[in-house]
Amino acid sequence: MLPYEKFNGEHSMTILEFTAVVAIVSFAAGLLGSLTGLGGGVVLVPLLTIFFHVDIRYAIGASLVSVIATSSGAAASYVKEGFSNIRIGMFLEIATTSGALLGAFLATRIPTNILAIIFGAVLLYSAYLSRKTRTQAQRELPPDPRATSLRLNGSFPDLEGKRSYNVQNVPTGFSLMFGAGALSGLLGIGSGAVKVLAMDQAMHIPFKVSTTTSNFMIGVTAAASAGVYLSRGYVDPGLSMPVMLGVLVGSLLGSRILIKAETKSLRLVFSVVILVLGLQMLYKGIWGSI
Amino acid sequence: MSTAQTPARQPQPFRPQPWRDRRMELILGNLLRAGVLIAAAVVLWGASIYLFRHAHEPADYRVFRGEPSEFRTIPGVIKSVVSGRGRGLIQLGLLLLIATPIARVAFSIVGFAIERDRMYVAFTLIVLAILLYSLLGSGIGV
Repeated sequence: MLPYEKFNGEHSMTILEFTAVVAIVSFAAGLLGSLTGLGGGVVLVPLLTIFFHVDIRYAIGASLVSVIATSSGAAASYVKEGFSNIRIGMFLEIATTSGALLGAFLATRIPTNILAIIFGAVLLYSAYLSRKTRTQAQRELPPDPRATSLRLNGSFPDLEGKRSYNVQNVPTGFSLMFGAGALSGLLGIGSGAVKVLAMDQAMHIPFKVSTTTSNFMIGVTAAASAGVYLSRGYVDPGLSMPVMLGVLVGSLLGSRILIKAETKSLRLVFSVVILVLGLQMLYKGIWGSI
Repeated sequence: MSTAQTPARQPQPFRPQPWRDRRMELILGNLLRAGVLIAAAVVLWGASIYLFRHAHEPADYRVFRGEPSEFRTIPGVIKSVVSGRGRGLIQLGLLLLIATPIARVAFSIVGFAIERDRMYVAFTLIVLAILLYSLLGSGIGV
């Protein structure tokens, strides 16, 4: 018997309508997420749970799958720009994938309202981070011997040709990445906000290198927990399909515009959306309606 | 005398080779894009069958039931695809999608090996081991 055969009187959307609306919302989330660099996954789970009354576990499963699609789909266009650093990415993926394993393990054991509260906190933090101005002061630092022996230092194309950078605070960055991976596995998001905190703030990696390398890493991190989610029955084909396709098309379009567009006001709008969704998730988590 | 030969045999100190890294990144980037596009095509194909058959049934995701085993394991998904189910095909597309970044990691091992970067071959092997452990340990293969 199909799960959809149990008709619930209050819910009048048909599968076709539901698929269409979820695809449009996911497209918008993917586009905005990619234009602002804040990621689409972070708004998808709250949107699905708050407005479409989807159980948070199905929402997390669908979001996780869409995160892989976004990251992998956009990788090719980012790589062409020459910003990402595969060594930083691969080294830190050791931390993010082991974190993701832990996160996925915890996700199946934590009550859903606690998940919602953690999600709300991450959203509020993302909103805060997106409004904070980045300090570009301490860029010209001497090489850190740890980073040098790990071959993490690199360079990227700049307006004046090439700019090289020296990676700092490797242990701090590595630990933060473990946390980012755990959050990704727990909540089905790319946790771009924590990754940027680790790479941009702790490791002093230039912002463009941080964001593109983080994008490269997100797919691998998500793949580390996706198997767990799929085998636990969190990945519903009927829901994941419009989410994955919508986010993929939206973010591919966004990554094409990204390099040209100045997105300050868009970023403001999106961070307000994230803030509101974060408060909603906290409210729903605390008062147990999720 | 062996000392005469040592300079040639000594391992070269590691020098970053940006053009090689770039080439590798480009290949990996295109690999990822191809994987995603194939996965998306399979999902779309499955979606058309699923929507054609079930478009007018009510959608309800409010209660978590967990997926049936045919959508939870690789053999289950394959069986479902063979029997012509749309959602089985969607799930196959999603499995291909999950496999894409794992393939990227596996190919990176080759890339780092060509560059004779043993340290990064080792790092990449660790990442691959974690990914495979997660997949196989989750019971997706049974």
